[in-house]
Amino acid sequence: MIEFQLDTACGVATYLQLVQQVHQALRLGLLEPGDQLPTAQQVVAKLAINPNTVLKAYRDLEREGLVRPRPGQGTFVVASLSHTDPDTQARLLSSMARWLRSARSAGLGPDDIEAIYRTAFRNYFAEGVA
Amino acid sequence: MTAVLETEGLGKQYGRKWALHDCTVAIPEGKVVGLVGPNGAGKSTLLNLAVGLLAPTSGTIEVLGGRPSDGPSQLGRIGFVAQDTPTYEGMSVAKHLRMGAWLNPHWDSELAERRIKQLGLDPRQKAGSLSGGQRAQLALVLALAKIPEILILDEPVASLDPLARREFLQTLMEVVAEHGVSVVLSSHLIADLERVCDYLIVLVASHVQLSGDVSALLASHYHLSGPRRDRSALPANQAVIEESHTDKQSVFMVRTDDPILDPAWTVKPVTLDDLVLGYMRQAREAEPLHRPGLGVLR
Repeated sequence: MIEFQLDTACGVATYLQLVQQVHQALRLGLLEPGDQLPTAQQVVAKLAINPNTVLKAYRDLEREGLVRPRPGQGTFVVASLSHTDPDTQARLLSSMARWLRSARSAGLGPDDIEAIYRTAFRNYFAEGVA
Repeated sequence: MTAVLETEGLGKQYGRKWALHDCTVAIPEGKVVGLVGPNGAGKSTLLNLAVGLLAPTSGTIEVLGGRPSDGPSQLGRIGFVAQDTPTYEGMSVAKHLRMGAWLNPHWDSELAERRIKQLGLDPRQKAGSLSGGQRAQLALVLALAKIPEILILDEPVASLDPLARREFLQTLMEVVAEHGVSVVLSSHLIADLERVCDYLIVLVASHVQLSGDVSALLASHYHLSGPRRDRSALPANQAVIEESHTDKQSVFMVRTDDPILDPAWTVKPVTLDDLVLGYMRQAREAEPLHRPGLGVLR
């Protein structure tokens, strides 16, 4: 079971934040087919948000084919977004952390680092497409 | 759209002063409605009329298809938490629940006791010695246990600290999820409304300036900024809610159902805060005579 967080300052609609957090959890393998999402009631009891917001997020996820409601039981994950095994992910994550440490010790701030990452990301995938 | 609360030309006069004048609103069923507006706009008067604590001077009001003053069975369908969440100081929590059971035709004592337990309230404690947050929660439980079809809350969280406020809204949303009750909630705290409401009504000087589904309202308003130009230069399908100009730049908040095509504009989405403030300012500028003295009418 995952727990949702809300960032009220980021300007992203609440239901979209819930959708993105499920995507994220699916990518990282924190959620796998068969896992249950928290019920609307559990989410609203924690976040103090409108239940319709949760239902809207779950409907979106259902439309994407990622979750399915089971009547009387709750909403369950039926697909995965994770393409790599957990070990590969952990290895990539730690090499990324190493890279960040070296950028930090070279005197770069978070904004500089993000700019470099974005540029590299864009260049790499632009090449791939072109 | 079925309305749970509908008024037509509704007015309430105290002496020579109108606390609410010519007010026409329709509040749809199954929503959590945020009612916002400046002090003196008539929010509390409207809510008090809705629960039958006041009788209208003019116009009509219908709640759940009946008049609020139609008798106990009608009142049994409406849950109400008044401003400052009043309780009886000298009475214990348990006694409040017994009173609720005795006064209401439908009373879910299991729900009331379960909620009190969840909140960690001691049934023997007198309401006068509860904290502000606990008292508000007790008032909410009393309003909920009668299993109302509509729950009306007049600035329930205004005097609570942030934690108590969050806990109050958590309880409220849990109940909405569980029972699907319609809620009308007045508040000045837009950040709270943003979390819990899916429908917004902006009331200024008795008049509804804006009402609709929050997501639809947010999707049909934009901030435009760009080189200076007059509002008359905007296309006819863009209604200007707010504008400000420097010698070089113009900033507009517009409402439109069509996309913004003009490449000269930097287009930004609006927040609920922007909407509420924009419409309150617009109403104030249009009708300066209606501007009430600050906090005179409560």
